[in-house]
Amino acid sequence: MYLNLPFIGAGLLVLIGIAIILMRKNLVKMIMGLSIVEAGVNLFLVASGYVDGGIPPIFTAAGDTVMVYPTVQAMTLTNIVIGIATTALLLSFVIIVYRRYGTADVDGMRRLRG
Amino acid sequence: MNMSKIVRSAAHLLFPAILVYGFYIVVHGHLTPGGGFQGGAVIATGFVLLYVAFSYQRLQEWFHLDSFKNAEALGLLLFIVTALVALGLGATFFYNWMANTGGLFGMPVPFGPNPGYLNTAGTIPIMNIAVGVEVLGAMSVILFYMLRGIKGGDE
Amino acid sequence: MRKIVSVVVILVLAVGILVSTTMFDFGNPASGEMDTYMLANGQVQTGGNNIVTDVVFDYRGFDTLGEATVLFTAVLGVGLVFRRMRNKKEEEYEYE
Repeated sequence: MYLNLPFIGAGLLVLIGIAIILMRKNLVKMIMGLSIVEAGVNLFLVASGYVDGGIPPIFTAAGDTVMVYPTVQAMTLTNIVIGIATTALLLSFVIIVYRRYGTADVDGMRRLRG
Repeated sequence: MNMSKIVRSAAHLLFPAILVYGFYIVVHGHLTPGGGFQGGAVIATGFVLLYVAFSYQRLQEWFHLDSFKNAEALGLLLFIVTALVALGLGATFFYNWMANTGGLFGMPVPFGPNPGYLNTAGTIPIMNIAVGVEVLGAMSVILFYMLRGIKGGDE
Repeated sequence: MRKIVSVVVILVLAVGILVSTTMFDFGNPASGEMDTYMLANGQVQTGGNNIVTDVVFDYRGFDTLGEATVLFTAVLGVGLVFRRMRNKKEEEYEYE
């Protein structure tokens, strides 16, 4: 049962992140939960390309064993940069909302005020 | 109100070391783990260290915002031009037109483990440097805009 | 009311995720014909020792172009949010 431990870890990270988004009312804490979900997805991507007894796919100081698959690692690189872009834009929107409404609480900005 | 003298002296000593380390990761991207994105993030960390140790006014005296904007645009332009030259030479878009030819970065490599030679791999080191400059510019511009927006909101 | 619904949703998601992680096989992935081709021919065709950098910048360079564009667009968005107003009479941003 514990042989696929990285997949269980990635699933737990996604679950904890979704629980944080659903349970908290502060905007900055919701953004932290989204960041944890993205970390879980990156772990799942890297763990799905592992071959038994493999070494990193670099020929500079390699032996004679099999190598791990390199395509999923390229996808993870792209996903990390996209996470940075999303978090930067969300945080700047939080600054604008705080300057307009005076609070960063979700319940204080429910009605559409003029 | 400043940080203590130890923090400021350590920031003065560590900043060139961080720059050299980040540039090493960028240039050796085709031999060791690393590449453009990782090295650019390490170099941007050096600028964050300078902001933490000194105040925002000192940082505005040393670096201007326009130089980082120009660096980011220049990096993306170099990346696209390197990919478009292959289209002009008769092959497809993003073809590796400098590998295995014998010119700059064009030494052929046999199969198997070898101690890494810097003269190989065609257009990949040029693209690494372009993406490294672009990521450095992007991270620094985001940092400067957010600091200016918080401190100088009613200026 | 809101807390009960969120707790039920989290429990259903927990059961679903933790059951489906036992169906994966850690150690031998599905058929990797593209990956075995890249591992066998990547060093001779491109010339770089690092196969991951070969994949990112040579075999799949178009995805890297899209990623650089996303980063550029994010900087554009942050610069649009924190722009300076020309007339100094108003201190807030206008909402029309």
